[in-house]
Amino acid sequence: MAIFINETTRIIVQGFTGKIGTFHAQDMINYGSNVVGGVTPGKGGQRHLDRPVFNTVKEAVELAGAEASIIFVPPAFAADSIMEAADAGIKYCVAITDGIPTQDMMTVKSYLRRFPVEKRMILTGPNCAGTISPERAMLGIMPGHIYMRGNVGVVGRSGTLGYEAADQMKRLGIGISTSVGIGGDPINGSSHRDIFEQFEQDDETKVILMIGEIGGPQEVDAGIFAQANMKKPVIAYIAGLTAPEGRRMGHAGAIISSAGESAAEKVAMLLDLGVTICPTPAAMGETVVKVLAGLK
Amino acid sequence: MDIHEYQAKELLSGYGVKIAEGGLAYSPEDAVQRAREIGGNIWVVKAQIHSGARGKAGGIKVCKTHDEVEAAAEVLLGKKLVTHQTGAAGKICNRLYIEAGTDIAKELYFCFLVDRVSEKIVMVGSQEGGMDIEEIAATNPDAIVKIEIEPAVGLQDFQAREMAFALGLDASLISHAVKTMKGCYRALRDLDANMIEINPLTITGSGELIALDAKMGFDENALFRRQKIAELRDKTQEDPRETAAADRGLSYVGLDGDIGCMINGAGLAMATMDMIKLAGGEPANFLDVGGGASAERTEKAFRLVLADTNVKAMLVNIFAGINRCDWIAEGVVQAVRKIDMKVPLIVRLSGTNVEEGRRIIAESGLPIITAETLAEAAEKAVAARNQVVANQAAGA
Repeated sequence: MAIFINETTRIIVQGFTGKIGTFHAQDMINYGSNVVGGVTPGKGGQRHLDRPVFNTVKEAVELAGAEASIIFVPPAFAADSIMEAADAGIKYCVAITDGIPTQDMMTVKSYLRRFPVEKRMILTGPNCAGTISPERAMLGIMPGHIYMRGNVGVVGRSGTLGYEAADQMKRLGIGISTSVGIGGDPINGSSHRDIFEQFEQDDETKVILMIGEIGGPQEVDAGIFAQANMKKPVIAYIAGLTAPEGRRMGHAGAIISSAGESAAEKVAMLLDLGVTICPTPAAMGETVVKVLAGLK
Repeated sequence: MDIHEYQAKELLSGYGVKIAEGGLAYSPEDAVQRAREIGGNIWVVKAQIHSGARGKAGGIKVCKTHDEVEAAAEVLLGKKLVTHQTGAAGKICNRLYIEAGTDIAKELYFCFLVDRVSEKIVMVGSQEGGMDIEEIAATNPDAIVKIEIEPAVGLQDFQAREMAFALGLDASLISHAVKTMKGCYRALRDLDANMIEINPLTITGSGELIALDAKMGFDENALFRRQKIAELRDKTQEDPRETAAADRGLSYVGLDGDIGCMINGAGLAMATMDMIKLAGGEPANFLDVGGGASAERTEKAFRLVLADTNVKAMLVNIFAGINRCDWIAEGVVQAVRKIDMKVPLIVRLSGTNVEEGRRIIAESGLPIITAETLAEAAEKAVAARNQVVANQAAGA
């Protein structure tokens, strides 16, 4: 089944006609994603990439049945675009934009919480590579060809490290049900734990690989949730063994600012929670193979 | 982005926070002049560096005469102060803040921060002022009061009152405390600060509430809309290599090891550094070249990594998504030809157009060591580094 997206999911692109939006929309279409149009305020009624352009997300939902959205809007306007999608009834939204002010994300999160859970849009990102259900649909900026379809659910903060994991698995003949990027920002739409809940419900997903990093409590929270509520095995790698305290390692959220946020501490806590840890980042694929072998 | 104490106080006093009278000085003469203007018979000369714990590092001096002010200024200006927050390198003091001495009856701790856990703004206070919050948290966690603020509604008076009472303030000071807290909250929201810390928030002998120190940190992602805040940046307080990198659109953090790194993506960069460590080496830096690594950007990144004279080997690890390995390979070959590298270079390419990228490296005729996997790349980098060290030892 995969989570969030498949070949029938009706997708729109917010920031459709811009350079970046156009490039990646084309790439998603080439991959086979069901892109039904896009939104650029003021360009409604035009056609772009042989698909309709709408002025508002509401129109895209009404006229094209949009269900999922991907955001390529610049940082200053991205929070507004996310809230517009939520208001219009989009079910799943990926925000690619890097550099959204933290307080804007705080506003977005409190806006989303106003909706009852069953009507609340699920947001992943910002500052992520997006989501892919291999060989069905890509809602992101990743190189689709490195992903193989299979039974491993992947959730991670980093784009390229996620590619590395997909590549290691593919070399070993292992595929992915869905890979979800939750992004490198301190306040993000969904946490590792939120994605775990989805994978636990998904028939196609047999094991889960979490690719975490230093900073914040989300990896350990997910581990606590898994121990209490999940049957599927969880494998994790936490990046940033060599990161010094108090220094931001590229991602806005990758900073050790309090106890429990270093890679070594997270690894120790996850081990205690029964999570299988990849001994090195080069062993993500092998570790998944071992855990999969143990299932039968 | 951090700013200086005097800048934070200036901003906060605009939001109704009471501060002691003070002024900025760039020279001992300035310092004496500020002391004269302030008047009185006791002054505090405070080193302006981007760090807390300045007192312990000798950066804060209480003076009773103009001569003492002058002498304190002589000592502090141009001095490197080392605190547990600055690291061993310390931070240089180029500016002083001269402040009227305050009669301190009690010191409290107070701060606002954007909290990534609750995804809200959190107001934190403690009666144990003057100490680091980490210290209080370690020694007496019950002494810390936390109140969450729903950003859509904002700080309410009752929440500020709750905090004021928790801080043990006298009834006569409550309304002033509420005004101070609401002022700080507005500053945090208006200016896109991610942290405002007043430590100590002081009750004076005459029963006033004064911000005796003030620290503000700002969200760099919001500086585009806070031009006045962006102008407060003091580059002398930052690592020059990191500043130079940021100005070139690269994300760099200098470390103590000797294997230089150039990688695309923050997560892959951290993972590659981990792999170096697990292979027995130590990374010299974190460097994310980002998505669109052009030949020009690659050359800049090489220069930046190699500017660190500790570097004994350099590892390039690129997983091309939007990028293409052939473009990266061409950039690497060009950079090596231009720069005249003196240390071994290990390159691992993966992803889009990888065969073409590997062919370009192989046919360049340059002495580039290549690797197929992440593990192989790290092992080869550590081996090359060890060879350089062995050769140096043999040469010496």
